Amino acid sequence: MEHLIEFQSVYKIYQMGDTQVRALDGVDMTIDPGEFVAIVGQSGSGKSTAMNIIGCLDVPSTGVYKLGGVDVSTMDDDQQAVIRNKMLGFIFQQYNLIPKLNVLENVELPLLYAGVPERERRERALRALDRVGLAGKSKNRPNQLSGGQQQRVSIARALAGDPSVILADEPTGALDSRTGREVLHFLKQLHEEGNTVVLITHDNSIAVKAERIVRLQDGKIIYDGDAHDPQAVVQPHLDDEDEEVTA
Amino acid sequence: MGIKQSFFLAVKSLLTSKVRAVLTMLGIIIGVAAVIVIISLGDGMTKMMNDQFESMGANLIQVQVWDFGSSRSVSPEDMYEVMERNPKYLKAVTPYVSVGSMSVHSEEETFTPKSIMGGSEDYASIQNITLERGRFLQYIDVLRQQKVCVIGSYINKEYYDGDALGKTLGLGGYNYTIVGVLTESAESRKGTDDDQIIIPYTNAMYLSGNRVQGYLFTGASKETATISRSILENRLLKIFGDDDYYMVVTSAEMLDMMNTMMGTMMTVLVAIAAISLLVGGIGIMNIMLVSVSERTREIGIRKSLGAKRKDIRGQFIIEAGTTSAIGGVIGIGLGLLMANGAGALIGSMDGADGFTAVPSVSAIAVAFGVSVGVGIVFGYLPANKAAKLNPIDALRYE
Repeated sequence: MEHLIEFQSVYKIYQMGDTQVRALDGVDMTIDPGEFVAIVGQSGSGKSTAMNIIGCLDVPSTGVYKLGGVDVSTMDDDQQAVIRNKMLGFIFQQYNLIPKLNVLENVELPLLYAGVPERERRERALRALDRVGLAGKSKNRPNQLSGGQQQRVSIARALAGDPSVILADEPTGALDSRTGREVLHFLKQLHEEGNTVVLITHDNSIAVKAERIVRLQDGKIIYDGDAHDPQAVVQPHLDDEDEEVTA
Repeated sequence: MGIKQSFFLAVKSLLTSKVRAVLTMLGIIIGVAAVIVIISLGDGMTKMMNDQFESMGANLIQVQVWDFGSSRSVSPEDMYEVMERNPKYLKAVTPYVSVGSMSVHSEEETFTPKSIMGGSEDYASIQNITLERGRFLQYIDVLRQQKVCVIGSYINKEYYDGDALGKTLGLGGYNYTIVGVLTESAESRKGTDDDQIIIPYTNAMYLSGNRVQGYLFTGASKETATISRSILENRLLKIFGDDDYYMVVTSAEMLDMMNTMMGTMMTVLVAIAAISLLVGGIGIMNIMLVSVSERTREIGIRKSLGAKRKDIRGQFIIEAGTTSAIGGVIGIGLGLLMANGAGALIGSMDGADGFTAVPSVSAIAVAFGVSVGVGIVFGYLPANKAAKLNPIDALRYE
């Protein structure tokens, strides 16, 4: 079976002055269609870089990243834009709705860039809003909605284009725990409906809602497996070097 | 992204910050208004000049003679001969003898008219002069130096109670019979063309010491004006042997010259006005650059959702174009208003009767086109900057 997401020894190296920062240090990973994967790690672990590469917002320094069997690591800006538009649905921590546009217009955006005709665009956007229970708010501005509602609008936006992968970057980070749970529940539901969901978080309690956890540290995968395995939530030591010295 | 959508979005974002929008457009508004005013007034001026030439006789050819220093002189007979030899180019001629300031007597009063002119029987038709009553000078009057005259309507009203026909006018020791009254041309005021006396040139030459200031011809057409001029110049050169003593001017050529001059002047003025369009364009570029950095996050969001470079670029260019187009429309409105106001004001002044601004459709179209063009040209740089933003950096931008 074809993998949906495939990392082949992916490196992402930033030059910060004199020092090299290896944000991703040889990552191999595959995600299959229909999976619900949490990519977990503390800040600096490389999870944001991984998410940018999965989301076609960035390309690896070396290595190959295939999305839907297509090597996207060598694509230019505009080709990546097309891939993002067709295959990816983003859910951001800060919702990232455009304040000037109303809810419906926000949800229509990915369809607009896909060149969907106006009437169909409207229908599909309304259907997506209906799925998150916000069809009644379609004419409201984002700032007239609560945080949880705004996040649901952004989920509707992610769904509107029928993406292959739903990529959620700390989707509960800006929400209180109750609305956070609602959003997670919704992601789970999307997964149960057959969608591929990739969740990026630093929070173990959120990560365990997924089926599989990929834990990153210092740009390397240190755990990849069942989310219910106790090993998956073991907090690694931050000071490896000390350990090595004592060992 | 559709053009329509971008357009509405642009209008929306203009409406949300009206003060900024107006300030952004100000340069374009002023520039376009200035161009419209200049072109409308310039066209009005050209039209007025053309009308005046037309009323003077578009085929008029003037020959001026300064024969003070020369031992030779040109006589009316010479000029008549030239005309008779070139019937294809010259249709009529009259000597042009200005007697100068001189007192004349009506039956009761002595007064000094604005001018006493000597002309031939063709003087009226060449000068486009018409009569209110009576007749004009005739060939026989000229030939026999008959003491007859035609007077302006002012003299008729002021000194003859509007009933001058058949009465006499004392001039240079003779009593002239008034045979005609000219049609009023300047509301019968003193010092205008209504305050003149026309007598046979043969009499006028006698009064002015045989001096003829010049000749007026009617040419065949505007197109042959240049040929007519050279015919006359050749003849005059033969007489004087030196071209310092005379000058031949045709209305057609003069009109051409004035139109060319007006054209040049207008080009210069419009070019100056266009500088403010340029400044307006720079203003738009400036604001668009600000707008791009203010909306970095929005650009990041749009790119993450699949907007290509050309989508983002298009959005900002349409926004800039819309801004300047709206500015252009306001500028056109303002310009037309100002042009009509100024036209009415100038038209009410002395010596500019019949002046009105002539707003041309093409000027309006060009002004609108240029303003949209300015927006697009100056919007391109900021739009391109927006299009090239890295989506990750743009999304992270606070």
